[in-house]
Amino acid sequence: MPQWPTRAITLQMHPEHLIALINKAKILPQPPKTNPDKIQFTFTASPKGVRKALADTLAALQFMQLPAEETGTVELVLAEVMNNVVEHAYADNPDGLIKLQIISTDDGLHCKVTDSGNPMPKGVAPIGNRALLDCDLNDLPEGGFGWFLIRDSARDLEYSRQAGQNILSFRIALNQPELLEN
Amino acid sequence: MQLQAKTHDDTLIVTTLMPRIDAVIAIEFKDDMRSVCDGGPSRVVLDMSTVDFLDSSGLGAVVAAMKLLAPAQKLELAGLSLNVEKVFRLTRMDSIFTIHADANAAMADTGDNLANAS
Repeated sequence: MPQWPTRAITLQMHPEHLIALINKAKILPQPPKTNPDKIQFTFTASPKGVRKALADTLAALQFMQLPAEETGTVELVLAEVMNNVVEHAYADNPDGLIKLQIISTDDGLHCKVTDSGNPMPKGVAPIGNRALLDCDLNDLPEGGFGWFLIRDSARDLEYSRQAGQNILSFRIALNQPELLEN
Repeated sequence: MQLQAKTHDDTLIVTTLMPRIDAVIAIEFKDDMRSVCDGGPSRVVLDMSTVDFLDSSGLGAVVAAMKLLAPAQKLELAGLSLNVEKVFRLTRMDSIFTIHADANAAMADTGDNLANAS
């Protein structure tokens, strides 16, 4: 059996090599250990509160090293969702609180936004049609873009009303080709 | 005031100084646009190159500014960053505004700048 010595060497070398490969595979694509299991902020429902929450969220997501365009998408979707809470759910309550929770998984950022304000009209999240621009300049819309932008970028969006709270959950899909390539 | 305005020939170049136009400053932005453009040339170019975040409130404020200036003044845009351009594109507002790559391109576009010198 001329192959024996070769096989024996292969068997001796292989596990080490394999472990090294596994370790390499584990280390490289994964973010640094600063990856929090869950990002969670509770803040006052005001435009400034939303701005601060966005800055804190992006800071907490820095470990993911997202490309600028994806960071922009995350910031935009979260901004639109939380601005809506400020402007509508808490229209009559400047002291309301918003809770933002984000879990990062392989298929993107799973986000949950909770508030204790007014329910969504008719108990459903708006469809978010694109605002029509086929009109005179003076009739151009200055609002109504928010839900269109949310629906464009968010996946698996679900709204529910539970125990006096609005719970909006959605996923922001992320591709990270530069991490997979390494 | 987070806007600077300077007249070049028959164009008023308004340059933003802020990094974002969001719900916090949307109304202030609209009011400031009105005051810096008041009595100025009929063509206004808003150079937004410092702005790297614009939400729907910010977009609404830019549209509102355009409507405020019309019909005496026409608002054009320049220097849209990646994320700002995306909001205009997704909402199709890029079809409403004349958008230039940057302020120099906007000036060259008048046809009376350096176009004949090169």
